[in-house]
Amino acid sequence: MSQKQEEENPAEETGEEKQDTQEKEGMLPERAEEAKLKAKYPSLGQKPGGSDFLMKRLQKGQKYFDSGDYNMAKAKMKNKQLPSAGPDKNLVTGDHIPTPQDLPQRKSSLVTSKLAGGQVE
Amino acid sequence: MAGAGGGGCPAGGNDLQWCFSQVKGAVDEDVAEADVISTVEFSHSGDLLATGDKGGRVVIFQREQENKSRPHSRGEYNVYSTFQSHEPEFDYLKSLEIEEKINKIRWLPRQSAARFLLSTNDKTIKLWKISERDKRAEGCNLQDEDGRLRDPSSVTALRVPILKPMDLMVEANPRRIFANAHTYHINSISVNSDHETYLSADDLRINLWHLEITDRSFNIVDIKPANMEELTEVITAAEFHPHQCNVLVYSSSKGTIRLCDMRSSALCDRHSKFFEEPEDPSSRSFFSEIISSVSDVKFSHSGRYMMTRDYLSVKVWDLNMESRPVETHQVHEYLRSKLCSLYENDCIFDKFECCWNGCDSAIMTGSYNNFFRMFDRTTWRDVTLEASRENSKPRASLKPRRVCAGGKRKKDEVSVDSLDFSKKILHTAWHPAENIIAVAATNNLYIFQDKAN
Repeated sequence: MSQKQEEENPAEETGEEKQDTQEKEGMLPERAEEAKLKAKYPSLGQKPGGSDFLMKRLQKGQKYFDSGDYNMAKAKMKNKQLPSAGPDKNLVTGDHIPTPQDLPQRKSSLVTSKLAGGQVE
Repeated sequence: MAGAGGGGCPAGGNDLQWCFSQVKGAVDEDVAEADVISTVEFSHSGDLLATGDKGGRVVIFQREQENKSRPHSRGEYNVYSTFQSHEPEFDYLKSLEIEEKINKIRWLPRQSAARFLLSTNDKTIKLWKISERDKRAEGCNLQDEDGRLRDPSSVTALRVPILKPMDLMVEANPRRIFANAHTYHINSISVNSDHETYLSADDLRINLWHLEITDRSFNIVDIKPANMEELTEVITAAEFHPHQCNVLVYSSSKGTIRLCDMRSSALCDRHSKFFEEPEDPSSRSFFSEIISSVSDVKFSHSGRYMMTRDYLSVKVWDLNMESRPVETHQVHEYLRSKLCSLYENDCIFDKFECCWNGCDSAIMTGSYNNFFRMFDRTTWRDVTLEASRENSKPRASLKPRRVCAGGKRKKDEVSVDSLDFSKKILHTAWHPAENIIAVAATNNLYIFQDKAN
């Protein structure tokens, strides 16, 4: 009803109504993006800034290697090759028992930075 | 100290014509992870420029003296010293890999011929002394010229060693190692105006150190909840006030800033001031909190204002007004309609830094596609520039860039969909007194100057 009124008297749109329209337009991009995300990941929690997300941030760098598991697995499969990590080498958790080959090698750290070499422009 | 006085600091970002000066680093298509620059910082006088990278290395550039025989060198920055600051470590007890990436470098004010800086990775802060040696002693009594020690009993006559000039050698030595004080990852270090202490901040705690003492540090802020399940926010950045040695600020992942006064209590868990911009609850979305997270906080040189960077904007706050910022500058508002994909590719968590010019009349911050933005606070004009090797002829003027948010793309505009989100400018620095800026574009360091310089 009110919309019809607006159409009939477009010039008489009040300042407040104008502002509402503008706010709605400003809000739309973010809300539309949120809808897109929820459509792709329906299980996404309500509180994005909550515990899970922050805990993940705090646990950066965690690598899992249990020497006990490793030796037990080695003993079990004496005659077989130890399974090596799948394509995602970073996730050595769960059922897969990591081997020393899976862990990232300590990188050679004595290479001079390229910023310090080369031409001076 | 720097700031208001600053040697005839000219008008801010936009009445100037910014020109390419230098670019450092390799042109490789394949960038090695270790070469990604992770921090850039000018010294207090601006004659030294330090960079840190993901490989744990520090490279320091020095500005050449104006040279009559090479007039075109015009104060160029050339390599002065480079050293391996941090190495990768593995904490076996906690099964934690500790990256060697240099998170921050902060210079100490100069007190002698030697230069000092603090560099930090996720867990350990180191104080480095950079000193010059241009003389060598010859004719020592207890040593051969090649350094082999002589048997004292074989010395029958004494002579006075002579100091002879030698080629300049710049040495970097770690003088202090401040370790084992952080359970979580260090995001900030800040030297106090008392020149004796400094703070280091991780996700949940801020510690106070004395530069001379490495086996003790005082915890001044602790926001760890008794039950980690109740964790709702983390510390994202912290800084000491430039003049008041008892004042510090720290920002959070929820977009708030707390100012603490160390005189009020030993543990500053209760803030003296709380800065937060009121949010319109009707506009809240899934992304609201994430994009409000403050990635950097910097006091103005004057100490009257502070600036915060969140995902889409830069805000200037008056320390006397906690209710809202006095200025808000949009960095790349066109990304608001791309938040879904930016969340999926993790770009929404990128931590951009921001910086003031010497006289606080302009501010700068980075964006994507190797674009960076400058805002002039007096004229309220802003400009978008690009750090690119395509525009790297000596003294070539930088052309302002424009991003087209939608609709018809004009000639010379870049459309939002063609922005390269892997080309992020997270770290920038502005010379403390002159219009010289250093911009880190992944593995390359660009130096730009204004034409008048």
